[in-house]
Amino acid sequence: MDFLTLIQVLDSTVRLATPLLLACLAGLFSERAGIFDIGLEGKMLAAAFFSAAVASITGDVWMGLGAGILASIALSVVHGLASITFRGNQLISGVAINFLAAGLTVLIAQDWFSQGGRTPSLIGAGRFEPVILPGAETLAGVPLLGPIYSELISGHSILVYFGFLMVPLTWWLLYRTRFGLRLRAVGEAPEAVDTAGISVVGLRYMAVGICGILCGVAGAYLATALQAGFVKDMTAGRGFIALAALIFAKWRPWYALYACLLFGLLQAVALRYQNIDLGVFVVPVQVMDALPYILTVVILAGFVGKAIPPRAGGEPYVKER
Amino acid sequence: MDKMPAWADAVLVPLISLILAALLSALVIIGIGEDPIAAFQLMVDGALMRSSGWGYTLYYATNFIFTGLAVAIAFHARLFNIGGEGQAMIGGLGVALACLYIPWPNWYVALVGATVSAALFGALWALIPAYLQAKRGSHIVITTIMFNFIAAAVLNYVLVNLLRPQGAMDPATARFPEATHLPTFQDMFSTAAEPMFRGAPANVTFFLAVLACFLVWLLIWRTRLGYEIRAFGFSESGAKYAGISPVKITVVAMLISGGLAGMMALNTTMGEAERLVMNATEGAGFIGIAVALMGRSHPLGVLLAALLFGFLYQGGAELALWTNIPRELIVVIQALVILFTGALDNMVRMPLERTFLAFRKPARPDGRSAQSGPAE
Repeated sequence: MDFLTLIQVLDSTVRLATPLLLACLAGLFSERAGIFDIGLEGKMLAAAFFSAAVASITGDVWMGLGAGILASIALSVVHGLASITFRGNQLISGVAINFLAAGLTVLIAQDWFSQGGRTPSLIGAGRFEPVILPGAETLAGVPLLGPIYSELISGHSILVYFGFLMVPLTWWLLYRTRFGLRLRAVGEAPEAVDTAGISVVGLRYMAVGICGILCGVAGAYLATALQAGFVKDMTAGRGFIALAALIFAKWRPWYALYACLLFGLLQAVALRYQNIDLGVFVVPVQVMDALPYILTVVILAGFVGKAIPPRAGGEPYVKER
Repeated sequence: MDKMPAWADAVLVPLISLILAALLSALVIIGIGEDPIAAFQLMVDGALMRSSGWGYTLYYATNFIFTGLAVAIAFHARLFNIGGEGQAMIGGLGVALACLYIPWPNWYVALVGATVSAALFGALWALIPAYLQAKRGSHIVITTIMFNFIAAAVLNYVLVNLLRPQGAMDPATARFPEATHLPTFQDMFSTAAEPMFRGAPANVTFFLAVLACFLVWLLIWRTRLGYEIRAFGFSESGAKYAGISPVKITVVAMLISGGLAGMMALNTTMGEAERLVMNATEGAGFIGIAVALMGRSHPLGVLLAALLFGFLYQGGAELALWTNIPRELIVVIQALVILFTGALDNMVRMPLERTFLAFRKPARPDGRSAQSGPAE
């Protein structure tokens, strides 16, 4: 593999890791507040459809992004109602949301566009264009650093930079602000937060809301930046890979970045090479597909470090009387 | 005392949830500019008014009975087995291997052999998540989700690289030998004068599914193991105190669950396609969740809910054929049923409970309410 190929693989790693990263951070907020969320996939899918649909109708990708975020938040509210207000089963609610999004997106797409459950291809201002960082063209000729800067760092859509910026921001919010402390506390010991006179319900809704916004951006990125338009089931399990990355990262923001980059790399390699010939034996492409899930199971099994979820995760909080 | 009667909890709550889901589905149909009543009539006509429609309805119901029972039995042990899809995929592999590589003399011996093989493969696929939950505390929901994806990759590899016949393009096995073909309802019930269930895929595995319902009922409510599973589901610490091993119950419940999910493949792979294809499960593993929730994890409830979903599936196919409503409408209905019966059931239960309590006569001085019978 030569240097240029390496750069290209890493470049597509960054592209493919972004939706995973955004969804993973979304899940991080929710699960750190004690609300399990296996509906990341559904929220991304709904956001992908509505962002592409509105972007193609209005011709403005920012309107599309807004619509995508709203759609994702709407599903978050359903999840919040089920798991916070009505103290239902959070896992079942997540499953329902995934199916709701999978069905409704195709249903509405067929009704609006009659193109077999897809949106028209987005063109021009209906899509997020790559951002060329200053000096990328002039520096491209510089050996080694030139291609890294102009190919790998520059030339992504603005949502990619947003996603990567969210990592330190999430870290700062969770570990350096009062809100973050309370959010983490509500996922570990909600009764303590309640005793301190802070609303458990309010904090959890806020966490679920942030989760909705980030999933919305992730979905919009899929449909308006990575690809040009919505197709049926376009998230293709990314919500679950993000969930896997979240566990792999043991619910911590910086590790989430590394996990998503790793899983993005696996996707990029699987996309570029079908079967990898290691000389001794051939690694089939299916191994690359399954590797994120296998790694997560290994981590969960506690053979390589133990992944311990937030203590109050998945349990509805009942105020004492 | 301050509870509503058991029949209301078992019948009324799911019924109201179902009505809510149906109303919302009707709104969705209106939203896309179609007539919900006409759509419902079309579904009834297509799924229930002809014997071939029933043939499809019962075919789908067979799948859902198996996966519904799988989810239900895990629910009794308070385990959420979301991996029915993966277990059914691997179960399909078991069916295919049994049918392709063992020379069966006739179909009923083949059915017994394939059933054992399917259940074994499905159970094995559930074993690792069960073991990890029991021994290492890894959350079974997450591990079974991961195992669904791993199963898809495994099946993909096996079909593309190992079992695909020479020269074939699509990732599927060769056709199973003639001796393993199961009799369909058409073979069984048609008379020379009157053909029945023409072309419909329903086959003898439907009766196997009904038998499975009965056996699961027997297991859960009439055996020691079933009692232990239910006790464990009610209270893990209580069960432990009574000398019930959590590891044993978790593993055994998941093995039975995985085995039942794996047996679903008998219907699709051996009964219908007569070869193993990539997407043999058609999402039935997930529909099992809706079926188990609606059926309140009771085998009879699962049977009824599976019939309802079988009707919805066949009716949905009719809708997609004759109207502008895509098949995904069924996915929406399925989602709403899961949402209302599984996650939002407190939304229905809380007001219902209040209503019941309001109608109850005030308590007597000795502290017993007038209406409470010995059953409570």
